[in-house]
Amino acid sequence: MDIELLRNNFRKFDKLGLDMETTALKDREDQIHIKGETPLNIVCNKDSLAGAVSQRACVFCGSRVVLYPIADALHLVHGPIGCAVYTWDIRGALSSGAELHRLSFSTDLQEIDVIFGGEKKLRKALIELIDRHGPKAAFVYSTCIVGIIGDDLDAVCRTVEQEKGIPVIPVKSEGFKGNKRAGYQAACDAMARLIGTGDTSDISRFSLNILGDFNLAGEIWMIRDYYERMGIQVVANITGDGRVDDIRRAHGASLNVVQCSGSTMHLANMIEERYGVPSMRVSYFGIEDMSEALYDIARFFRKQFPDDPEAGAIMERTRELVREEVQALVPQLKKYRKALAGKKAAIYVGGSFKAFSLVKAFRLVDMRVVLVGSQTGTKEDYEELEAITDPGTIIVDDSNPLELTSFLKEKSVDVFVGGVKERPIAYKLGIGFCDHNHERKEALAGFAGMLNFAREVYSSVMSPVWRFVPRK
Amino acid sequence: MTKNRPNYVSTTNACKLCKPLGACLAFKGIEGTVPFLHGSQGCATYMRRYIISHYNEPVDIASSSLSEKHAVYGGGPNLKTGLTNVTEKYRPRMIGIATTCLTETIGDDVSMYLDQYQKENRKNKEMPDFVNVSTPSYSGTHMEGFHEAVYQVVSQRAAGGSATRTINLLPGFVSSADYRWLMEVMADFGLDCTMLPDLSATMDGPALLEYEKVPTGGTPLAAIKAMGRSRATIEFGRTVADHESAGAVLAEKFEVGNYRLGLPIGIEETDRFFNLLCELSGRDIPEKYEGERGRLVDAYVDGHKYIFGKKAIVYGEEDLVVGISAFLAEIGIFPVLCASGGTSGRLGKSIVEVTGDILATQPEIHEGMDFFDIAEMAEALEPDLIVGHSKGYPLARKMNIPLIRVGFPIHDRVGGQRVLHLGYNGAQQLFDTITNAVIAQKQADSSVGYSYM
Ligand code: SF4
Ligand code: SF4
Repeated sequence: MDIELLRNNFRKFDKLGLDMETTALKDREDQIHIKGETPLNIVCNKDSLAGAVSQRACVFCGSRVVLYPIADALHLVHGPIGCAVYTWDIRGALSSGAELHRLSFSTDLQEIDVIFGGEKKLRKALIELIDRHGPKAAFVYSTCIVGIIGDDLDAVCRTVEQEKGIPVIPVKSEGFKGNKRAGYQAACDAMARLIGTGDTSDISRFSLNILGDFNLAGEIWMIRDYYERMGIQVVANITGDGRVDDIRRAHGASLNVVQCSGSTMHLANMIEERYGVPSMRVSYFGIEDMSEALYDIARFFRKQFPDDPEAGAIMERTRELVREEVQALVPQLKKYRKALAGKKAAIYVGGSFKAFSLVKAFRLVDMRVVLVGSQTGTKEDYEELEAITDPGTIIVDDSNPLELTSFLKEKSVDVFVGGVKERPIAYKLGIGFCDHNHERKEALAGFAGMLNFAREVYSSVMSPVWRFVPRK
Repeated sequence: MTKNRPNYVSTTNACKLCKPLGACLAFKGIEGTVPFLHGSQGCATYMRRYIISHYNEPVDIASSSLSEKHAVYGGGPNLKTGLTNVTEKYRPRMIGIATTCLTETIGDDVSMYLDQYQKENRKNKEMPDFVNVSTPSYSGTHMEGFHEAVYQVVSQRAAGGSATRTINLLPGFVSSADYRWLMEVMADFGLDCTMLPDLSATMDGPALLEYEKVPTGGTPLAAIKAMGRSRATIEFGRTVADHESAGAVLAEKFEVGNYRLGLPIGIEETDRFFNLLCELSGRDIPEKYEGERGRLVDAYVDGHKYIFGKKAIVYGEEDLVVGISAFLAEIGIFPVLCASGGTSGRLGKSIVEVTGDILATQPEIHEGMDFFDIAEMAEALEPDLIVGHSKGYPLARKMNIPLIRVGFPIHDRVGGQRVLHLGYNGAQQLFDTITNAVIAQKQADSSVGYSYM
């Protein structure tokens, strides 16, 4: 998502004759080159400070986020009850069939297991649950104390795998081994064990895997629909509405399209190394990024298979699709844009990639982003954020409630985009809020998602209730 | 009582939460106190989110954020740094430290670390008070964590001295509305009261101009200190073990008489509470409550036919299950299954105590249950409604029967903290909600569509 692409993208809108986008482009051309006032020097990806109320989660949490939407697999949390029960069906990842992922399975370790080891209990629990639910595979998550009591997860998984004839895969997600990012990695490592084990004979050369979309509120269905309309076969959803058998043959696709790169880029790299499948980073959020994603993919196939007329046809259909979607969307967005113009937004989300898209999406509705931060951004991410935001915008890494409130007040923000933990802070201070995390129940990806997003922001910012909250 | 109980090794959809979460909630109800988890970061973040989704209030829980190397070499240094950071940032009056599974397993000695820390910082005038509790989740649920935190607060902070007229009130874990109501009752009886904890304001506060790092409210620390001088203690909870009863500590250490009652849910249990208050205050029941009780009885009569003979599944924390079962029994609803994830060993006995003279047959009463077990038993029990927290919704949906939301967590409705369970008014609200849910179900199931029920 470099700036050049962004420009091209807007030129494309120009050609479509959509005046709104042209205006948006002009606004942005002025801003894109303006850097922050001081050189960017943000320290990130560090352990959370002891005693700070970090908004960060643990390794286990990261693994759960990524693997959990695989709906026909068993997800067994090996550990004491809390780790499992706090993650029970809290995410909006939908499935079109099996719904095993919505159950919370735990070995609920007791004192005796901690003293004598939990392997026996794990084995029994696994067999019991596999017999009961007949899953296509089982993921076994280790939690902090499993790392301490030294249960041999690999060994237990291996024997159960042999006995039951399905993949039984340990996920090395001991919470204290790092932050969420490490958990993403552990999840990718676990999935890598499935990939390459399925039949790929009926896969078209015009095919791809969707990585890093978790089908919150059915988003992946929307995205799949776009690809299918372009004439591209989707092999595996990784992992929204995911299926074990699809993932097993994911190596047969021609391209990995990676959204939310923090979580699944590692997997894409592994597939590329092992099977030579290239990958591409995209964002499905906001009109610009969504369109750019589709064009990039069409361009990829044209470049990959220059002699195949189908590649040209895909590009044609992509243009048609974007035109249709944008034309349908823009008039509907106008109302929101008018009402929201000039209002101030703050963004604090898990991944920085999401933050990029949000910054642009707010521009599209003519709002100003005054604070942007993430829990797990890298240095490069922050450089990019710095590049796409206005001067004076506050950029933060791994923030905490106290810091966030002081920023929110200082900047008199109208709407704050964040996760559940940030919501009460905003509300307590009488500030609007929009959920943008894995627990939301509104589809915000795709073209329709942009409209939902605008509506969400609008329904918070424009509510009359703010007149009653204490103001200076 | 145990005939049909399923017995599985694995746990599916647990009907309990982990111990430190209960401890954090208890600490949230103490003046100027910041809860602090000694363990990895993830636990604190998960618990915060879980609690926030019920209360819609900011919930700051600090953590010592142990990483792998700390787990190997001990978490002492991180704990100390963490305490210093929390002190600097929050300026709390007290820090309530709870351990987690991790620090219990590696065997960190928090009391020792705390002693060292306090010695090292003797000259620092900004030092808050500390209280610490051991809460390994592999033994017990969030309720044990809650009670143990209250127990430790009392053990570590209450002192003796000249006697006062104050009554200690230890309600256990109830809603913010319940805590508010209790303080009102005590005042109406003219009783000076120290209620520990008090989540009425800290977890149900007003919209603010200035963000409060530590929310206003909670049991005053000075009052906690004076609890050893009080006249008597009233402690709710029929299933609370003696070794985790803060009332028992006060009795033992300071000879403050302890009155143990069930949660005052429904007429019978509330009468017991009010009778005790009459005795302690030497007053009659204030007219206001006579009125509430009278109207409640009238409402019971008006609505009894709609609900008589209905069957309910009740689940949740053990003492809540006891109270709700007592209430259901007295309004003519049969609690076919009383289930809890807790394992106090006292659930069955307690339910029999409060329903024995009303119910002709005994309900199925089971501890250590999860929602898979409950769902499995539910099939044969043919319940008409379910009473419990939000996590029973999948079951209610599958069976197409109403779920009456009580207790914690309520994650799929607003106002969980404002649900009043206690007293005549609490029973009134529960009664109306339940009766109306039964009527609504009948209406929805009917092909006629009556608008006059
Ligand atoms: S490790 Fe223990 S304290 Fe932490 S969430 Fe899991 S059960 Fe709770
Ligand atoms: S115990 Fe470890 S794995 Fe479980 S929630 Fe806490 S930090 Fe995460």
